[in-house]
Amino acid sequence: MTAATDISNAPNALKILGLQKEYIPGKPILKGINIEINTPGIIAIIGPSGTGKSTLLRCINRLIEPTAGEIIFHQSNLCLAKGRQLRQLRRHVGMVFQEYNLVERLSVIENVLTGRLGYMSAWQAWRRKFSQDDIDMAFQLLEAVGLTEHANKRADSLSGGQRQRVGIARAVMQDPHILLADEPTSSLDPKTAVEIMELLEKFAEEKNIPTLVNIHDVNLARRFAKRMIGMSDGIVVYDGAPEGITDDHLKQIYGGESWLV
Amino acid sequence: MTTTHSHWQRFTLKQKLSRYSVYLILLIALLQSIRTVEVIPEFFYDAPEQMADMFTRMWPIDFAFYSISVHDAMIETLNIATLGTLVTLIFALPLALMNASNVVSSPFSHWIARFFLVSSRSVNSLVWALLFVAIFGPGVIAGVLAIAFRSVGFVGKLLAEAIEEINMGPIEALRATGASWASVLLKGYWPQILPAFFSIVLFRWDINVRESAVLGLVGAGGIGVVLNDAMNLFEWQRVAMALLAIFAVVILAEIVVVQIRKKLI
Repeated sequence: MTAATDISNAPNALKILGLQKEYIPGKPILKGINIEINTPGIIAIIGPSGTGKSTLLRCINRLIEPTAGEIIFHQSNLCLAKGRQLRQLRRHVGMVFQEYNLVERLSVIENVLTGRLGYMSAWQAWRRKFSQDDIDMAFQLLEAVGLTEHANKRADSLSGGQRQRVGIARAVMQDPHILLADEPTSSLDPKTAVEIMELLEKFAEEKNIPTLVNIHDVNLARRFAKRMIGMSDGIVVYDGAPEGITDDHLKQIYGGESWLV
Repeated sequence: MTTTHSHWQRFTLKQKLSRYSVYLILLIALLQSIRTVEVIPEFFYDAPEQMADMFTRMWPIDFAFYSISVHDAMIETLNIATLGTLVTLIFALPLALMNASNVVSSPFSHWIARFFLVSSRSVNSLVWALLFVAIFGPGVIAGVLAIAFRSVGFVGKLLAEAIEEINMGPIEALRATGASWASVLLKGYWPQILPAFFSIVLFRWDINVRESAVLGLVGAGGIGVVLNDAMNLFEWQRVAMALLAIFAVVILAEIVVVQIRKKLI
């Protein structure tokens, strides 16, 4: 493959080439995805449930093993990374989850600090030997997401929106070069959903990183995204500016039209 | 006009017949076993009298005996139970991790873990004690190992189940941060199984206090030795003292466990 030669050298460039994933042999859920990312800001991935959006994001940080294809990040193919190399690449890929995925019995601040686990040995993690810089950064991030006074509360005492803020702070704590957010607003009410999107947008701009957001709310996606990727049936059917997406595209992506008002 | 009725039955005729034949077999087995145990009616009807006789011999309880030998033996019993439970953890934790399908995915590892857990549980602690008394001679070490070997299966199995029930979301999130396997274990799995862990260990300690009280009967140290000697010498007032001490300690252990568990969870 000569693909590696023409990708940008920026640390936050990501190039996905011919990515395929089959959970059951012969039944691919991702049928050859090609996406190139090198500009900061929110990139919304829209599409119906079961079309492989979550699988795509999880293939990028290898929480799910891709069946075929290449993912070029930091000038190396993520699909081939193993052990320590994979963990070091993962450190720079932050991830935000639909169900927040906080460690509920740990305090809020410790949840944020777990974003640094990739930079520590297990021995240090066990003794909670976070560096002073890490602790300062964690408190700054908590302030940025507006949860300073909750720092020492247990994560399971927070509301959904607050938990997602902690989830975002944890991802940013990783010093990511790219952020992945898998349906970050789907479990939240509309007002909180907008606040969470604003927060993601803020960090994307501040840290100058691309943020891939899986989202099924088209209007929310249009409002925040700089670029939209429409997926349907395991392939990319639209990739471009949010203004360019038409009802025809939406019909193709989601099927039917009765829901389009 | 005829209305059509939907027909529904919980079981088909064949299923009904097989169910009733199972009941019939159970009944026959019950009758047959009553015939084979050969209860001797004289002894059976005599039982209340014998019991009353035993209680009169036990009374008054020989409280002076407590400081003579019951106290030290009781402490020994508690030591056996506690040390046995601690030794259990050394084996039970790795086996539980090996047996939990969401930690190790290799069927080979599950098979090995299951083999040890099942063999530990399938042997009663009294039998383990007999084995260890034969190896190490009578005394505390045999008791500690008997308790430990019997508990490994129990603690390991319950712990593995607790691990399998945890929420995998946070595990996924920690793996995504680039954390090493050991860090994920410490920061993702451990906080989630912590309440179950202490609950299981305390529960097993509670059981072990009771079990180690009996181990002395086969010479593995503790209050059981005192109880056995007193019985062999027909010193029923001393037997009563030993039984009372066991009863008191078991109740105390129960209270302590309930209090600690309340604090932890």
